[in-house]
Amino acid sequence: MTTVRIAGVGLTPFGAHGDRAGRELFAAASLAAFEDAGVERSDVDQLNYGNFMGALAEDQGHQAPLMAEAAGLTCPATRYEEACASAGVAIREAVRTIRSGEADVILAGGMERMTTLDTGQATAALAIAADELYEVRAGVTFPSAYALMARAYFERFGGEREDLAHIAVKNHANAVDNEFAQYQNEISVEQALDSPPVATPLHLYDACPITDGASAVLLVSEEYAVTNNIDAPVSITGTGQGGDNLALQDREAMAQTPATEIAAAEAYDDAGITADDVDFAEVHDCFTIAEVLAIEGLGLFEPGEGISAAREGRTIADGETPINLSGGLKAKGHPVGATGGSQIAEITRLLRGDHPNSDAVDDATIGVAHNAGGTVASAVVHVLEVDQ
Amino acid sequence: MTHHTHDEAATHDEWLDAIESGEGFYLRSPEGDGSLPPRRVCPRSGSTDLTRELLPETGTIETYTVVHVGATKFADDTPYISAVVDFGPVGLTGIVRGVDLDAVGVGDEMTVTVERRETTDDRVVVFRPA
Repeated sequence: MTTVRIAGVGLTPFGAHGDRAGRELFAAASLAAFEDAGVERSDVDQLNYGNFMGALAEDQGHQAPLMAEAAGLTCPATRYEEACASAGVAIREAVRTIRSGEADVILAGGMERMTTLDTGQATAALAIAADELYEVRAGVTFPSAYALMARAYFERFGGEREDLAHIAVKNHANAVDNEFAQYQNEISVEQALDSPPVATPLHLYDACPITDGASAVLLVSEEYAVTNNIDAPVSITGTGQGGDNLALQDREAMAQTPATEIAAAEAYDDAGITADDVDFAEVHDCFTIAEVLAIEGLGLFEPGEGISAAREGRTIADGETPINLSGGLKAKGHPVGATGGSQIAEITRLLRGDHPNSDAVDDATIGVAHNAGGTVASAVVHVLEVDQ
Repeated sequence: MTHHTHDEAATHDEWLDAIESGEGFYLRSPEGDGSLPPRRVCPRSGSTDLTRELLPETGTIETYTVVHVGATKFADDTPYISAVVDFGPVGLTGIVRGVDLDAVGVGDEMTVTVERRETTDDRVVVFRPA
């Protein structure tokens, strides 16, 4: 089985992109990835493209061939949709396809336009990742679903809003020098605590923003990289995916995320590592509580310990296990269908040493990406390793 | 209670009708697992032999949130309490009414009914103090 190497990565800045069409955003990210990789566009075997709400935000379905065309590709293209984990799944399927020998070069990533919608429309659009009959019709929104999980966590393990505020503060601090981040500004614990409530106990600064953006990752087989003299020091050595009941009401527990645990176990086994080997991670912090659930589900912290990890400095840039050095979804932004690709791109840059925050992980060899859909009814985990 | 075949699997609307008339039900597998319609397969046991059983009269709040920013279709309902209530074999999600926003708590005992949203007049699952 071949090793899957990351030949190049490309991102657009995350934020509000006004009248720019989604196809142009994805083209920009793709061209950046090709330039980074030094791979010919004609060598691409297929496009694996992630997108969640394009039919609502841009009235555009059937996006994959449109995006292939925009990126200058003539290969087959398929859209993957797993809510906010869409690009993560697109990359996972690319890894599996290259390993199978069916392809040598795959462009994977995603794009989302969200600022075309007003807040109410965006809230409704994001909510379609939840159970329409039993959650959306009952008044559940994306933030309120995570608020239900946060309350359940507090009840089971303890914790308070100030613990969550430290996660937001940490991720904003990490984003300051990231040229692709939506919010390159620091915030204080007091600002986070004083922000208006969205769905208690979550307030505005507990939530990721509404974001436009695109990500592209050019994956190649080991053989292709060698034959074409491609410099690709970072590999995806492990991939895993897990699932859960869509509706919170049907789950055994709301203070844990079994889908993440399943995905992590599979990815770590695939890579031949354990959680102890992970140097740093980019995790799906669509809300501050989601980072807590993620780092516990990934086995980086024991259940009940994740809540205070940022407050105790354990997950900050110079802590024992830096989490979301990119700024995370919270500060870098969350164009949902692109996020999984963005996480892979950021870890690649961090491991290669060309990320503004690479100094924080200059001895690191293993980074983990965690991309979740909805309230973690789906989760994708990837292990990335850099050549010594 | 009623044994249903594939031709008479309950719909979500029928389930709401039943709650509205005070005869709320859930679907029970031979293994004792509960689920809610529409179901052909019990998501926990995998059984296709599902029977309708009466919902317990009361449940307890498992988790809740006060929603200040709602979707467009709930804009006039905000702020409202959203909760998951544990009814034993099944959990239900709905809006808590009849309790002050700052007086709700995990473990509170609730009954379930069906009322109307303030924004759209659509039906919504509502919990009220037992």
